[in-house]
Amino acid sequence: MMHVRVLGAGVAGLCTAYVLARAGLSVELIERMPQHGAGCSRYAGGMIAPWCELESAEPIVASLGQEALEFWVEELAIATRAGTLVVAPPRQGAELIDFARRTSRFENLDAAALGQLEPQLSGRFETALYYPQEAHLDPRQALNFLARQLEKMPNVTQCYGVDATALAPAQDWTVDCRGFLAKDHLRQLRGVKGEMLILHSDEIALSRPIRMLHPRRPVYIVPRGAGYFMIGATMIENEERARVTARSIVELINSAFAIHPAFAEAEIIETGSDVRPAFRDNLPQLIRRQKTLYINGLYRHGFLLAPALAKRAARVLLEDAFFPEVMNADSREWTSV
Amino acid sequence: MPDADRLRLYGSEFGSRLFIGTARYPSPLALEESIRASECEMVTVSLRREAGGTRSGESFWSFIRNLGVKVLPNTAGCRTAKEAIATAQMAREIFATNWIKLEVIGEEDTLQPDVFGLIEATRALIREGFYVLPYMTDDLVVAEKLLDLGCQALMPWAAPIGSGRGVNNPFALRALRAHFPDTPLIIDAGIGAPSHAVAVMEMGYDAILLNTAISRAGDPVEMARAFSLAIKAGRSAFFAKPMLPRDMAEPSTPIIGRPFDQLS
Repeated sequence: MMHVRVLGAGVAGLCTAYVLARAGLSVELIERMPQHGAGCSRYAGGMIAPWCELESAEPIVASLGQEALEFWVEELAIATRAGTLVVAPPRQGAELIDFARRTSRFENLDAAALGQLEPQLSGRFETALYYPQEAHLDPRQALNFLARQLEKMPNVTQCYGVDATALAPAQDWTVDCRGFLAKDHLRQLRGVKGEMLILHSDEIALSRPIRMLHPRRPVYIVPRGAGYFMIGATMIENEERARVTARSIVELINSAFAIHPAFAEAEIIETGSDVRPAFRDNLPQLIRRQKTLYINGLYRHGFLLAPALAKRAARVLLEDAFFPEVMNADSREWTSV
Repeated sequence: MPDADRLRLYGSEFGSRLFIGTARYPSPLALEESIRASECEMVTVSLRREAGGTRSGESFWSFIRNLGVKVLPNTAGCRTAKEAIATAQMAREIFATNWIKLEVIGEEDTLQPDVFGLIEATRALIREGFYVLPYMTDDLVVAEKLLDLGCQALMPWAAPIGSGRGVNNPFALRALRAHFPDTPLIIDAGIGAPSHAVAVMEMGYDAILLNTAISRAGDPVEMARAFSLAIKAGRSAFFAKPMLPRDMAEPSTPIIGRPFDQLS
């Protein structure tokens, strides 16, 4: 049996460990923190929105992202497929037209249709775009679920609070899913800071992620159930960790308030900040260096891209497969070493 | 067009009359490719937000520094003279340049420059040896005061930042050009399409600085190329002195010598 060490128990590491274990490999998951999901996955929006992401991402992100819908909705049944709504304030009609021009698989809704879908937004927006095939999940719930599945598998060991550099080399393969921390090996990696918050309100009922477009203050709201809402997220070219600024929070809450005035009275449950790992083109990569495979550069698309990358990683290990859409020629050369 | 039609700013020369911003691109790679396609020789970069607590914007800044073009730091997002001055001082340290595109924003909806704060910050920064490129409205009196303080170039808006509306007030921009025939005047903000760029270059403006029109285009790299061509076209047209519009048709083929003509 092939022995694989997976480094990092964020969304990429857990998905990879899960896919490899299901393929029958012996998996050792190593995480330096005392529990899983302690990095940027914890603060993710959890929107499985391949078509909305086309607004600023390359088509490859949407096509890999469609595999994530299958994984989270069908295979694990942990995501809700209720679609995504995109709205804009009255003076930002051009933003909505531009968003529609860049994306696909949506329906145009008028005020009445929007009111039927989300009664609490009735009368607040004249038009909306609706992406019915998209889904959303609660990232922490999804990570817990994966970790529990791994616990049940006899061919998986999970080791938390362990420094991987102190261990003896892995027997067959190492799959490095450490995100921004892998910068020690992947020099071209950069960090893009994000800030988010979680609010609670019993007055607000939303059934699906709402994105509000604005040239300066775009925002999205993801319902987490029981009156909890995740509001995100800033995008700042900056690598500092865990520092939430007043300005970012004011802007995020202000935009949430523009979607639903009851957010003004919501309780602030949590604020969070971390660094998204990205390459220069903001696209993900599988990088093979001898017997180490790096999965990185998932940027703002951790939950959207991790399943497709994990499945490709498994085939690289098992079949020496090559995937030109996420691997470069250097990785091809290594396969013959 | 003169053989060496080069733009002179604070003792430096530029072959390209297009300057571009570095914000809101789909990725750093798209930014880099757009800069190459635009052929621009100076890019502007903001510090306010990326600065963070511990100069943690360093990796993006070093990416910008390594693009091989001159860097013009800006004070985008600053709302008081004091804030803009502090940001300019930090920019001088980070980018080792005394050039600064000075923005002091006075109004949230239009992001209109606060010209009073602008004058105050300009006075302080010029005293400290900065080369100030002030982002201003199209107000003649403000222009006069900025030049009195020692600015060697001005950056009037065409329309609000990011609005892509083109020239909102052509009369004011013509007046500004006519009043200051020898001062480098750079249009900053409001340009949405290459046709807008051609129009202001035909008016005799010296250069254009823009960001959103390229970064948020469907294909930023192709749009960067389009702007580069537009600015060259507008500049040539300015030297070529465009014909004036007439009220009636004037045949381009002489009709003398034609045997018959329709009588009316």
